[in-house]
Amino acid sequence: MSLYAVQKFLYELNRSEQMQARYTADQATELAPFDLTDEETTALTGPDIGKLFHLGVNGQILMHFAAFHQIEWKDYLQRMRDGIAEHGPVREGVYAMTTGLTEHVVQKATIQEATIESRSS
Amino acid sequence: MPLVFAGVCSHAPGITGRSEQADPDVRDRFYAAFDQMRVDLETSKPDAVVIIAAEHFANFFMNNMPTFAIGMADKYEGPIEDPGWLGIERQQIPGSADISRRFISEVMHGSDVSYAEEWKFDHGIMVPLHFLTPGYDIPIIPVNINCQGPPLTPLHRAWQFGESIRAACDTLPERIAVISTGGISHWPATPDSGKINVEWDLDFMDRWCRNDREALLDYDDLTVYADAGQGGFEIRTFIAAAAAARGAKGTVHFCEPIPIFAVSCTVATYDLSE
Repeated sequence: MSLYAVQKFLYELNRSEQMQARYTADQATELAPFDLTDEETTALTGPDIGKLFHLGVNGQILMHFAAFHQIEWKDYLQRMRDGIAEHGPVREGVYAMTTGLTEHVVQKATIQEATIESRSS
Repeated sequence: MPLVFAGVCSHAPGITGRSEQADPDVRDRFYAAFDQMRVDLETSKPDAVVIIAAEHFANFFMNNMPTFAIGMADKYEGPIEDPGWLGIERQQIPGSADISRRFISEVMHGSDVSYAEEWKFDHGIMVPLHFLTPGYDIPIIPVNINCQGPPLTPLHRAWQFGESIRAACDTLPERIAVISTGGISHWPATPDSGKINVEWDLDFMDRWCRNDREALLDYDDLTVYADAGQGGFEIRTFIAAAAAARGAKGTVHFCEPIPIFAVSCTVATYDLSE
């Protein structure tokens, strides 16, 4: 378990278009310098957003990684929720989940969208 | 030259990236408040704008995390995020190594800071600039307070940092504006995103408007984490702005929750004329 290395890799990737291009072409070579467990490598290459959240990756780092993979916002939130359901609570760090699995906070936003739709229809 | 402008605003990436998903009524009133802040900022005729932000691992990581950092370059780039996701195109943003160097030298008399001749802006700076300096034609001095990687900057040190910034602004011959950016309560980038403690936010902004040092520092990270989420750690930037305003009273122009933006969207300024 080396959360530091996972986050360091993502930090480097998130801030470099050049590294993103290299990673897209060859994931293994870009991951090689980082001291990662097989579990972490698998989660990164998936990408398994839910598993990475469960491992404790800071949400600000994970959010940018999800955007890099063109994962839509609500899909990103759901993948994290699915990760907690499958793997259990966040292992470490301050980006834990404080609401219940069925308590979709963003539902408030969904309600707003429904309102918008009803206004426009 | 005395400080010419001081204010705070939200910087959540959804403000530009998920604009079309918000209730258009509240969203447009928020955007209008942002635009009025732009007008007020321009009216103050700043030679440079100090943006005190809580960056999100765009430049600093836990291998060398500064308590305070200030940019010192003639140009910056941003956003680091996918431009389509953030809704802001990548571009160069003007800085001033000359003004920054003199500014940092003065700040250092009161606070220990790291300086950086390279700085990539993330949404914490790009979203405010998108609204406040849309022409990217005013030199920016980026400032960071560690609100992300514990151990975090103590609140009273953030206040002291704000005092150091004010002293530097008053010493330099240029007209300097200070804008702090951050969320108040929020649980960003987690499944809890959209959870907002409105009562907590309004209470904090009341303390901010009164510029009540004792009340603004009467928080600790454990209770902030419980009541306002990990995003609440960003109150450090607002506290620094309060100290920089040096007793001035503030006005909240907008502070309403927009869940798809993940925060109580906020625009507030201090009256420096008194």
